[in-house]
Amino acid sequence: MIELKDVSKTFTLHNQGSAVIEVISDVSFTVVPGECVALTGASGAGKSTLMRMIYGNYLTQSGSIRIGDVDLVQSEPRDVIGLRREVLGYVSQFLRVVPRVPTVDVVADPLRALGVPVDAAQARARDLLTQLNIPERLWSLSPTTFSGGEQQRVNIARGFAHAYPAMLLDEPTASLDATNREIVLSLIEEAKARGAAIIGIFHDEAARARVCDREIDVSRFTPKVAA
Amino acid sequence: MTPLLSVKGVTKHYGPHIGCEDVSFNLYPGEVMGIVGESGSGKSTLLNCMAGHLPPDAGQVIFDTRGDGPRDTLTMSEPERRMLGRTDWAFVHQHARDGLRMGVSAGGNVGERLMAVGQRHYGDIRTQATDWLERVEIDCDRVDDRPTTFSGGMQQRLQIARNLVTGPRLVFMDEPTGGLDVSVQARLLDLLRGLVRDMGLSAIIVTHDLAVVRLLADRLMVMKSGRVVEAGLTDQVLDDPQHAYSQLLVSSVLQV
Repeated sequence: MIELKDVSKTFTLHNQGSAVIEVISDVSFTVVPGECVALTGASGAGKSTLMRMIYGNYLTQSGSIRIGDVDLVQSEPRDVIGLRREVLGYVSQFLRVVPRVPTVDVVADPLRALGVPVDAAQARARDLLTQLNIPERLWSLSPTTFSGGEQQRVNIARGFAHAYPAMLLDEPTASLDATNREIVLSLIEEAKARGAAIIGIFHDEAARARVCDREIDVSRFTPKVAA
Repeated sequence: MTPLLSVKGVTKHYGPHIGCEDVSFNLYPGEVMGIVGESGSGKSTLLNCMAGHLPPDAGQVIFDTRGDGPRDTLTMSEPERRMLGRTDWAFVHQHARDGLRMGVSAGGNVGERLMAVGQRHYGDIRTQATDWLERVEIDCDRVDDRPTTFSGGMQQRLQIARNLVTGPRLVFMDEPTGGLDVSVQARLLDLLRGLVRDMGLSAIIVTHDLAVVRLLADRLMVMKSGRVVEAGLTDQVLDDPQHAYSQLLVSSVLQV
């Protein structure tokens, strides 16, 4: 479902003396449907960079990243937009929303974008918010004023609203208490059971051991720093 | 799929000065494209050339018309272009005063667009006008008031209602949230996003507010000195800018 082949990336900082930073080179791996793969490595190894390259908000210089039958590296923006709407979900660490929009609409938004009628989309959103223990009195409020853990759960609800065939999870269990962590892990297991291919970053080792089938150490793709 | 708008090599010079130079892109139905860049970079020149307000020196602006398929709007006759401006196109000006008739009531401002496309039934026009005022969150008891009695934010929302009442397919916006306070901006952003999603609008938004483009636009074009220096997915251009100028632009935003 997700296939990376000889993927490399450099950053060129034009305004800081044109410094060229080689962050990742020659990454190749495949994730099949129903499989969850963890990206591991020390902080700064390039886990998030790699994940953003797979989502397409970081530009990849060479190689190919195939999701389903689309190669992200060669695609036009509108193909990537379509891919993200239908195929590729992403739960980031930060919730980014239009201010003033009620939580229930924030969660229903990915379904609305797919053309699901308002009632059905909101029903699914309410269902997920209930599962994730967001109190009903908060649903009509904007999540911008919520606590960190609540925002994280709204973000997860939004990410799981549509049954994406491929998902990227950036620390989905960070800043959650034990009960909610359990719920998120079971959501991930459900997604695997329905055949989603998942790539995740988990600092929580127990969570990683429970949901992930394999680990990929990103630091082996990081070019050795010249002395 | 046929692009809704296909811009090819649009160039405009002001004497020896470059307005915009050799700009090309395709916009597909339902897409929102942002154009950013410092002031004087040619954003508004480009927008005005595309919308038919300024004649470009070279290039083509091909629009997929309802009747005859793709046509170059620059070689159309003036009446045809005007008709397009009243039906399938809309233009939201930075200053609401430029897009409204200040001496006519709010309802009249909205109804005028409907009359321009041939509607004559007063009751229907008034019902639609009131409906649109509600959609942009203007109290319907203000329908007979003139926009001169409205606040800046209300005027901007009225301008949007006036523009969208005829169900256009393409909206040009020049700094639609410029000069509005942030709470009104948020309300307007929410409104625009809903309209894009529910009506399948395509839009081209010129702005210098990167937060606005991140929330509204699917795609982004960065301009400098009349030229497009970078284009791509909005979050890719903002998170991983490639060109020196885009990097400078993104890194210059103050964190709140």
